[in-house]
Amino acid sequence: MRITCPHCGERDVGEFAYYGDATKHRPDGSSELAAFIEYVYPRDNPAGPHRELWYHVGGCRGWLVVNRDTRSHEIFGVETAHDRRAEGARNAVAANP
Amino acid sequence: MSTTSTGMEGTLSRRDASPPATSAQQPARLASGGLIDRTTTLSFRFDGRMLSAHPGDTLASALIANGVKLVGRSFKYHRPRGILSAGPEEANALVELRSGARREPNTRATVVEVFDGLEAASQNRWPSLAFDMMAAGSVFSPFLAAGFYYKTFMWPAAFWEKVYEPLIRRAAGLGRAPEGIDPDHYEKAFAFCDVLVIGSGPAGLMAALSAARSGARVIVCEEDFRLGGRLLAERGSIGNETALEFVRRVEGELRSFPDVRLMTRTTLFGTYDHGTYGALERVNDHVALPPPFEPRQRAWRIVAKRCVLAAGALERPLVFGNNDRPGVMLAGGVRTYINRFGARPGRRAVVFANNDDAANVIADLHAAGIEIAALVDPRSTASPSIVALAEKSGARVIAGGVVTRVLGGHAVRAAEVRAADGRTRRIACDLVAMSGGFSPNVHLATHLGGRPVWNETIAGFVPGQAPRLMSIAGAALGTYDLARCLEAGAKAGAEAADAVGFQTRPAAIPTVEPQGSAVTPLWRVRGHRGKAFIDFQNDVTDKDVELAEREGFRSVEHLKRYTTLGMATDQGKTANVNGLAVMAEITDRSIPQTGTTTFRPPFTPVAIGALAGHARGKEHRPTRLTPSHDWASAQGAVFVETGLWLRAQYFPQGGDRSWFDACNREVNAVRSRVGVCDVSTLGKIDVQGTDAAEFLERIYCNSWRSLAVGKVRYGLMLREDGFVFDDGTAARLGPDHYLMTTTTANAAAVMQHLDFCHQVLWPDLDVGFVSVTEQWAQYAIAGPKSRELLEAIVDPNHDISNAAFPYMACGEVTVLGGLRARLFRISFSGELAYELGVPCRYGDAVIRALMQKGQSLGVAPYGLEALNVMRVEKGHAAGAELNGQTTAQDLGFARMMMMSKDFIGRALSQRPALLEADRQVLVGMKPLDPSARLTAGAHFVPLDAPVNAENDQGHVTSVAFSPSLNLSIGLGLLERGRERLGERLRVVDALRGTDIRVEVCPTCFLDPDGARLRA
Amino acid sequence: MRYSAFSILSQALKGNTGWKPVWREPEPKAEYDVVIVGGGGHGLSTAYYLAKNHGLTNVAVVERGYIGSGNIGRNTTIIRSNYGEHGNIPFYEWSLKLWEGLEQDINYNAMVSQRGVLNLYHSDAQRDAAARRGNTMRMHGVDAELLDVEEVRKLVPNLNFDNARFPIYGGLFQPRGGTVRHDAVAWGYARAADTRGVDILQHCEVTGIRVENGHALGVETAKGFIKAKKIGLACAGRSSQVAAMAGLRLPIESHVLQAFVSEGVKPLIDTVITFGAGHFYISQSDKGGLVFGGNIDGYNSYAQRGNLPVIEEVMEEAVAMFPSIGRLRVLRHWGGLMDMSMDGSPIIDKTPIDNLYLNCGWCIGGFKATPASGWCFAHLIAQDASHEAAAAMRLDRFATGRLINESGTGAQPNLH
Repeated sequence: MRITCPHCGERDVGEFAYYGDATKHRPDGSSELAAFIEYVYPRDNPAGPHRELWYHVGGCRGWLVVNRDTRSHEIFGVETAHDRRAEGARNAVAANP
Repeated sequence: MSTTSTGMEGTLSRRDASPPATSAQQPARLASGGLIDRTTTLSFRFDGRMLSAHPGDTLASALIANGVKLVGRSFKYHRPRGILSAGPEEANALVELRSGARREPNTRATVVEVFDGLEAASQNRWPSLAFDMMAAGSVFSPFLAAGFYYKTFMWPAAFWEKVYEPLIRRAAGLGRAPEGIDPDHYEKAFAFCDVLVIGSGPAGLMAALSAARSGARVIVCEEDFRLGGRLLAERGSIGNETALEFVRRVEGELRSFPDVRLMTRTTLFGTYDHGTYGALERVNDHVALPPPFEPRQRAWRIVAKRCVLAAGALERPLVFGNNDRPGVMLAGGVRTYINRFGARPGRRAVVFANNDDAANVIADLHAAGIEIAALVDPRSTASPSIVALAEKSGARVIAGGVVTRVLGGHAVRAAEVRAADGRTRRIACDLVAMSGGFSPNVHLATHLGGRPVWNETIAGFVPGQAPRLMSIAGAALGTYDLARCLEAGAKAGAEAADAVGFQTRPAAIPTVEPQGSAVTPLWRVRGHRGKAFIDFQNDVTDKDVELAEREGFRSVEHLKRYTTLGMATDQGKTANVNGLAVMAEITDRSIPQTGTTTFRPPFTPVAIGALAGHARGKEHRPTRLTPSHDWASAQGAVFVETGLWLRAQYFPQGGDRSWFDACNREVNAVRSRVGVCDVSTLGKIDVQGTDAAEFLERIYCNSWRSLAVGKVRYGLMLREDGFVFDDGTAARLGPDHYLMTTTTANAAAVMQHLDFCHQVLWPDLDVGFVSVTEQWAQYAIAGPKSRELLEAIVDPNHDISNAAFPYMACGEVTVLGGLRARLFRISFSGELAYELGVPCRYGDAVIRALMQKGQSLGVAPYGLEALNVMRVEKGHAAGAELNGQTTAQDLGFARMMMMSKDFIGRALSQRPALLEADRQVLVGMKPLDPSARLTAGAHFVPLDAPVNAENDQGHVTSVAFSPSLNLSIGLGLLERGRERLGERLRVVDALRGTDIRVEVCPTCFLDPDGARLRA
Repeated sequence: MRYSAFSILSQALKGNTGWKPVWREPEPKAEYDVVIVGGGGHGLSTAYYLAKNHGLTNVAVVERGYIGSGNIGRNTTIIRSNYGEHGNIPFYEWSLKLWEGLEQDINYNAMVSQRGVLNLYHSDAQRDAAARRGNTMRMHGVDAELLDVEEVRKLVPNLNFDNARFPIYGGLFQPRGGTVRHDAVAWGYARAADTRGVDILQHCEVTGIRVENGHALGVETAKGFIKAKKIGLACAGRSSQVAAMAGLRLPIESHVLQAFVSEGVKPLIDTVITFGAGHFYISQSDKGGLVFGGNIDGYNSYAQRGNLPVIEEVMEEAVAMFPSIGRLRVLRHWGGLMDMSMDGSPIIDKTPIDNLYLNCGWCIGGFKATPASGWCFAHLIAQDASHEAAAAMRLDRFATGRLINESGTGAQPNLH
């Protein structure tokens, strides 16, 4: 696999460490225990496009959000985790105009 | 209705009158022709017999030239086998190449280049190839039908391991593994290109040429040692050149481009994601030994923006009786031996083919002066041009006929042929050239999951949807006509270059005479006699397919797995389509209804060593050395692997009888005087920013804001699931500046975790951090005289007295006359102790200075063993206690957790099971018998209870012999342990046969009030 | 037809024409007492034990492809019960006991070969962890031996003892561990279940689970709706996908695990060996091929294939352990889909939906569990209560914290 790091360019998958589902958001510290259980354990685990976190451990140390199809491994896009948060905010606005 | 004539048509002369052999040593070498260097003669051995060959020969071609027909024995029935093909699909001619530690079993003779001194031996026979006792088992073959072993060998149960299995294992397996460590070396390499071309036949060459002319970076991978593919065995012309001249001209032009890499002897074995390909280059398999400093093979990872698959096609055998006899060959193989190698595979041939490519083998046989006894074409209306050609060549044409079986044991003697009218006749021959049509080499197009689709016209599977970034051209797509192959290759190459931004047009195509390739499938000869093999290597016959069908194994995958069809080392290259088609025939379904063939990487088997490369022996993984390594090494330190690090385990001295003596001596030195230990391997992370304190608050469970500048604190980090992740200290070097340490094992994981927390969870925090593990050499200086020692190297303007620099103080100092250093008054040993950090490049100088200045104080270096003893004496948790299953509460850190703030792991640490009163918690233990020796991994059991799971109350995590207490002591996780101080228990180690009575005690065995470390 | 040396003999004399299909190919009935989703090892063994132990024979196993097309035919064939957690050991030991009598029970030779499983350790700390585990096993009555390096050398002389980057200190040995011919397990259970009346429905993909008012009523399939009193899901690798049809989200990620087989050679490795300084395990099949594997690729995948970094890592570990096998060749490599649960252990439990039962989360260790998984899942479905050997394998353990986390790596599947 090849992942195009927004900072470093296209690199071999061997440079990256995988973390998992990027759609999970850590609850606010004051949240109930149930919210944290929901954050840590269940997964959508889709067969198809999957937004997921990768860490460029052998490169810039950037945390990336990769949009990848879990059936074909095709990658549709890569952005930094920081950009992902900005996008999340935009989506939230779009959903509740 | 058929009649069988008992007479034999034609004769097979024992001695060949014409043409004369060129070499007395190579009786079946043609007088001329072939891409071999006849001016040089090489000698090689097969089964000990000395034979000769020429450069350019493969082992198979050389064996043929030497008149050797019997080459191996089959897997299950030990049937005599010869050479089936001239390429990587070979299923019969498998040999052991080389010997001893370099032995290479199951090597296909058809792809081995002969070198002077080559040794090869037949395999899977005893005592010899010609007289194989195991072949006697053939009479039992009715009992050995597909899957017979699933139905028996069940009684009595214990007999499987003791009797049946050893017999089966000895009989199975083909060759023998090498004996000893592989003396050769392997390399890994990476390559990047715009256009990768796989195969260098007509389509591949034109694809490469078109792409290369555009200026694209091109790589061509060719499995053979020459470019040209099937053109190397073609006698026809391309334009006004011979096929060979054409190949040489194109090769010459390709070599003139600076960005074209032509890789021969390189098998592209696998297609992986996103344009990544695996390839194996056989750098030195064609010589007796790799030259000094050269690898035997090189494993390539090739990354290509586009790829043109031009891997050609493989001919299929026909399925008739005894079709596995030595002398039954694929027609294309026959042509290759004649045209490319100048070797004569027989004297009198029967051609049995269901397609128009037969014309080529007839022409080539005739031109080579090999008698063609008959052309047997199962099609009732054979192509008139072929009939004419056959008759001109003196062959009898038997249209609508089939070969029902072959006669002969170690070599073909005759073919039994049934004509359209049902009459059967025997035709003497020593060669049957068969062709059942062609199967495109779709393998590399299916590795990513693509399903091939059936093409009725060519009677073969062609790639369905090609993988992204790959296009397919030529015979690999079922295009067999030479002109169309050239054209398709040129187009594919140009399009590939174009797709990555190079402007180009397909190279012009020379004119070539059209060729026929019409085929009418004949999946098996009905009414054949004798065993008719579909998978030669795994001895799977059409009867086995019938049996599989009868028993319900009708899915292609069930067929494969039940009969082992296609599971041999050739992955069924010549077998899969025939097997599938026979199943379709039996079940009266179409081939597409029955299934498809997919292939798994690698295309041909790849040496494990090649994919491992240099990573073996001591170089299996990198080795990290501490700053004091050279010094310690000179002291005779014994090192131990801790992760990738090598650390000093102990420093033996003259009087030490064992590690134990050394360890006790080192502990005593620290406890009574002063010792120095290299602790540079601990992870060190420099954290800065206005939110540095806030960040630490969130990643550690304890409090950080309250830590004063110039102070150090112990920190405990949880995972989000509430269990302990790591521990260490952090020093506040400035208001916005901390230096964290982690355990050696978790240094990288903690760094990743911090990056996650910052970038993913809290990007708005103003904090930055970097690992400085390797930038700082760090020494623990411990013992009552440690301050004295430090005062000898810390520059005098720094006051490190107890008052000015108390326990848990930290700060910058200079040492040895101006070297900037960091000093931390922390203690793992429980003694008055410091850690001194200096820039890594001064680590060696500083350890030497410490030892020299400390001589008068009785300083001793100490290693990991002593370090561990002292931490157990003090009850500090380490790896065995921080095992990922323990909580902060379990380890006695409940009060450290600052529940009023949010930190990683806070919420889930409050799950009910993590708070239960009966959890196993950290305690100390002492044996009641002072001479007893505890072992880690033993379990706690109540005194009078039986040793069973119900009474398992925890386990001993760490043990040490404390020289200070003259006692074996331990730490352990014990159910309700903190309530049970003073209680007596057993620790039982059934594995090592010990059962020791202990008393539960606090975790700290020495100086519990910490007077020493505050001294 | 009962299989025996006699049946082979008598059939051979009749040209092997009298053998019957190993299982029927029935059309689905409109309704079953139990529908098991997934015709892999676990589904088929569940059906068999439902019939044998609980007298439930109106049972269907629905499979979207051919039976045994998933991990039962893709694994590295290892069986063992050398676990360290109380929640796991009784279950895996029960499984091993069932393996020991399986062939006689189902009249099918699955080549259960108790050739021993040896886990190497390469440091004092690993030795202590192995001792902890081995002693826990012993306390459950499971066989375990702690070998020092000399004992390991006697057992497997061709390991790298002299020049290893991570020297071998010893090993934890379970003599009763071993290998089983994986495909045969699926076929044997299928045949035995079929004989007892279970319908095996191949090429019958489940497309939906009908749930009304919190009750599961049946499954929508490629061959129409099939009503079921109870539904058991046993489709590891795709558990999340199938459970989602009933609106459930599982603590599972699907990952790819690769496996490898070399060309066949004469006997070379007589036991199952795992590497302690990495992720690597190897044995030799009866056919002669070295069968081996390593770590999961480490990313969510349904592709049943992996990539080069892990392939090369596995080969490196192969040669690090056995320096003499470098010239042997890898013949095939492939991948299977792993239900990677968040604590590394499986789930056999009821679901919040009535009549819907769950068997999933096998991570990389489902094969060895096949008999006990079927036994316990059948018990759960038939009795509506957990079998004691699988009592800890609950779905709610992630909420309660009563985890079964062998490796201590926390809720990150690709670290298990």
